Amino acid sequence: MGSDVLVLAEHAEGELAESTFELIGKARELASAWGGQTHVAVLGAPRAAGALGGADVVHVVDHPAVSVYSPEAYERCMLSVLEHVQPKLLLLGTTTPGMDLGAALSVLWDAPLAAYAVGLVAEGDAAVATCQIYGGKLMAEVVLESERSIATVIGGSFPPSPGRSGGAGSTCTDEPPDLGDLRTVVRGVKVPEATGVDITAADILVSVGRGIQSRDNLTLVEELAGALGVPLSASRPIIDQGWLPKAHQVGKSGQKVKPRAYLAFGISGAPEHLEGMRDAELIVACNTDAGAPIFDVAHYGTTIDLFDLLPELSARLGG
Amino acid sequence: MKLIVAMRQLPDLVEELELDSSGKDIDREYLTFVSNEWDEQALEEALLLKEATGAEVCVVALDEPDVDSTLYTALAKGADRAVKLTGIPEGWMSTHDRAAILSAWLAEQSYDLIMTGVQAADDLDGQLAAIVAARLGLPHAAVVVRVDAKDGVAVVSQELGGGTAVEAEIRLPAVLGVQTARQPPRYAPITRIRQAMNAGGLEEAPAAVTPGVRPGLRRLFPPQRSGQAEMLEGAPADVAERIIDILRSKGLIDAGA
Ligand SMILES: Cc1cc2nc3c(=O)[nH]c(=O)nc-3n(C[C@H](O)[C@H](O)[C@H](O)COP(=O)(O)OP(=O)(O)OC[C@H]3O[C@@H](n4cnc5c(N)ncnc54)[C@H](O)[C@@H]3O)c2cc1C
Repeated sequence: MGSDVLVLAEHAEGELAESTFELIGKARELASAWGGQTHVAVLGAPRAAGALGGADVVHVVDHPAVSVYSPEAYERCMLSVLEHVQPKLLLLGTTTPGMDLGAALSVLWDAPLAAYAVGLVAEGDAAVATCQIYGGKLMAEVVLESERSIATVIGGSFPPSPGRSGGAGSTCTDEPPDLGDLRTVVRGVKVPEATGVDITAADILVSVGRGIQSRDNLTLVEELAGALGVPLSASRPIIDQGWLPKAHQVGKSGQKVKPRAYLAFGISGAPEHLEGMRDAELIVACNTDAGAPIFDVAHYGTTIDLFDLLPELSARLGG
Repeated sequence: MKLIVAMRQLPDLVEELELDSSGKDIDREYLTFVSNEWDEQALEEALLLKEATGAEVCVVALDEPDVDSTLYTALAKGADRAVKLTGIPEGWMSTHDRAAILSAWLAEQSYDLIMTGVQAADDLDGQLAAIVAARLGLPHAAVVVRVDAKDGVAVVSQELGGGTAVEAEIRLPAVLGVQTARQPPRYAPITRIRQAMNAGGLEEAPAAVTPGVRPGLRRLFPPQRSGQAEMLEGAPADVAERIIDILRSKGLIDAGA
């Protein structure tokens, strides 16, 4: 039975994602508990391999079809790397590739999957994953004891530094599998337009979520942000409604922010939101639901209705 | 063109979730169930595709609490058919089981595109779209934010993070996990939902698979509060004062403010 751990490296234009190092660090810990090795697969970015010092073996698969992420081509390459490495555990991020590939490979490679993991430990031959469920309101402990299994891990769950250095890794170039007749073909990559607002540069952010209920009510947070002289940021639903531009979105699919203070109003604290703001120096959260996950990361919290609290804050800061 | 939208019910996350006596599931007795918010996005994008191309939209869901209201609402919004798969046991079900039931039903249908929400709050063993696709041998994409389709090809925007999106052409049939429709989900007036209910257009089909995959779930438990959140109590004015004091003490606002 295999005892190796395989990580899929994620990169954008050759630059490796921070989450990749988080996974490699964890992979090393697990592989050493099982007496195995840490493997990393890099698809389409051969030059990135040099930066993967934490791996024992780096598998590079290079082909024009994987230079940009595409689920079908990636899936075929991963199946071929999995065949070759036969790892005990495959680690992916809870990212777009991780959601595509984790779920699909659990069928195609026939391995149980634990999704949204925030913790992973070796327990004898098994891996035990702690996963978020119900938007982070509960946790699930999942035992992965098959010969092969998969975990998709939420970004920021493990420290990246153990994945950055270590093993005197070797690199091997894997022959790409047959990538002919793909049904999915990438046409281009779109990056968001610059809007002049950079919420990542602000000292303080006033951040608003679905608890605000309507576009008209946004004036309440605008007043507070105005009084403080700071930008507004928001959870994804506010952006999806078209109430604020994308550049204001905090979270996994928005911006990662680290202000000196993050004031959250009517934001539940879904895992995808926390990923973007949990490192703020000071977090103050207003949410009428005392069980909202935002209070797990907040330093100060209040269950007062935001419609009562915001005017009080603005009135005191306005003059 | 035929579009199938797979929808499902979930406990309303605004409520307090308590564990049942097994410790492996939540106590569902007094919970309200609502449709998965990302499935609503998938439905909206499908209805927009219908408007653009004349496609037929069929909605399918497992028979779970309050699913009729979700399905009738979908009909009221413009779906052409709604199918409920019956014989579903109560309680949490793995995505692999859901996918097995749906795939067995899908095998009997004709379709060009299957759309569903990118994720669901309890999909502990992975997201539905890719699992269904892998079972059916179809191409797929998660975190989709726009779909156009004609002549057997879908052009799909797949979001990667930080707002970057890959635009890809996918030869149909395919399965898409939708994150956001290009406009917020439409509203169905209650009168239209009532009309749909009175017309009674729900189709039913028995689920052809017995669920059984429970992926190593040992227990559920409430997250350990890192416990740091100090709760500020009092009237809104007092709490506002406290928050301003905190910001002031960190030097974030002028002492005079
Ligand atoms: C692939 C993917 C990527 C994602 N990326 C992001 C991302 O980058 N950023 C992001 O934010 N989300 C992201 N999401 C969405 C995320 O899962 C949540 O749906 C979202 O964060 C919820 O936003 P919210 O907290 O504003 O809304 P909700 O979860 O609906 O929470 C609203 C909160 O407001 C509270 N509330 C209601 N009324 C009041 C009141 N009067 N006073 C005070 N509080 C009140 C409620 O108690 C509730 O907790 C992503 C999802 C997916 C699947």
